[in-house]
Amino acid sequence: MESHDGAWSLKEVQKLEGHTDRVWSVAWNPAAGVAGVPAMLASCSGDKTVRVWEQNPSSSSWFCKAVLDETHTRTVRSCAWSPSGKLLATGSFDATTAIWENVGGDFECVSTLEGHENEVKSVCWNASGSLLATCGRDRSVWIWEVLPGNEFECASVLQGHTQDVKMVQWHPTMDILFSCSYDNTIKIWAEDGDDDWHCVQTLSEANGGHTSTVWALSFNTAGDKMVTCSDDLTIKVWETDSAKMMSGDGYVPWSHVCTLSGYHDRTIFSVHWSREGIIASGAADDAIRFFVESKDGSVDGPSYKMILRNEKAHDMDVNSVRWSHGENRFLASASDDGTVKIWELVPVI
Amino acid sequence: MVSELINANPVVYEKKERRVRSTPSCVDEYAAEPIDQLEIFDHLRDIKDPEHPYSLEELKVITEDAIEVDDSNSYVRVTFTPTVEHCSMATIIGLCLRVKLMRSLPSRYKVDIRIAPGSHATEAAVNKQLNDKERVAAALENPNLVDMVDECLAPSNGFAG
Repeated sequence: MESHDGAWSLKEVQKLEGHTDRVWSVAWNPAAGVAGVPAMLASCSGDKTVRVWEQNPSSSSWFCKAVLDETHTRTVRSCAWSPSGKLLATGSFDATTAIWENVGGDFECVSTLEGHENEVKSVCWNASGSLLATCGRDRSVWIWEVLPGNEFECASVLQGHTQDVKMVQWHPTMDILFSCSYDNTIKIWAEDGDDDWHCVQTLSEANGGHTSTVWALSFNTAGDKMVTCSDDLTIKVWETDSAKMMSGDGYVPWSHVCTLSGYHDRTIFSVHWSREGIIASGAADDAIRFFVESKDGSVDGPSYKMILRNEKAHDMDVNSVRWSHGENRFLASASDDGTVKIWELVPVI
Repeated sequence: MVSELINANPVVYEKKERRVRSTPSCVDEYAAEPIDQLEIFDHLRDIKDPEHPYSLEELKVITEDAIEVDDSNSYVRVTFTPTVEHCSMATIIGLCLRVKLMRSLPSRYKVDIRIAPGSHATEAAVNKQLNDKERVAAALENPNLVDMVDECLAPSNGFAG
């Protein structure tokens, strides 16, 4: 797929309807869509519910398998599957994070994490599933340790952002946490070996960073590049020294590589990097765009080019775009129009 | 309600005469009629000020000229002028404008709300908050704020004074 240099087209596979308010976020179950297990997707919404969608193996069409309701009392802002796909964490404006267990296709709320003063805005599991991070309007980032028996213990409360924290994201291979905020910065948090977590780097306007709210971030598969998107209408790519990073020789800082501007003309809410190296972005201009690293050998270092856009991917703002992990590579998008769409990016021969 | 008003003596202006829309010479009842400045202004002019028994029009917090509309691109920008520079009600007024437009305009519309440049001490902070839809969504789940907004948006019964 990545070797394809020609044109691409975006095929709408299916529109998933059911939510009665804006859909904020989507998450693919990483254990599904592989080895004969049907692909599975969770979506969460301003209607206070979470919907789990599954692909019917015989018809290939998607259906709503479960509605997770009557737990959160306000908007469900974020959802994330544990690496094993057995647990789903959901963060809500009701200040709680709920943990749902998939028991033979039924979802039971097995734990509720309380601690944030108000809206929880993002939840994320680390690569091994041993840690869960949450963040919210109270400007804090929480790290929870996952204990046996669906117990969660707060390992650290990280203060440092000066405004609400929009998203938390673990590095794909290392236990390093990234958070982005309404304060226009991205903060990087690492453990010092004594179970204490500290901010090891802040990426702000001064280091080539964003000039308004940073809404989301995502990593490439190798974990040596990161992409961020913002209310400043730009997408930025960041890089770290991968060889030095792998040697485990202390913290290796990240630096700004390039800025993609002039594409989206309203707030960019979501970016996601596919395993094949394609960056998808979704924004308040209702559009989804796709970028790849340009191999044109620029002397100024790596540059990125847009390979495709769908100007009217949804009827309203696109809040979340997510590539699937499975054998069939889908993109899911969530929108203010209350729908989730499943897309396939296909080469035009 | 409030013991000390932020602006105790606001200047009250006369309401503009309601204009009747000019009817185009060739009437095609099936043609979509574009949304214009006056239509947006009509949605907003009667919103009540959070602390005075006057409308936003009477206080010149909004005027017809402060509304930019581009119907073909489904875009509206409303620029409002708080009555005093330190008006702590600016966020509530902005929220009222946004909610009223959310309820009145087709969902295809993109709306920006901003404070008139130079008219408020914390202009940038208020603008950022009013245009962060996540903060707006959270505010609109707060029953106290929703009550305040609904009160400002309630149709007025007769005239005060």
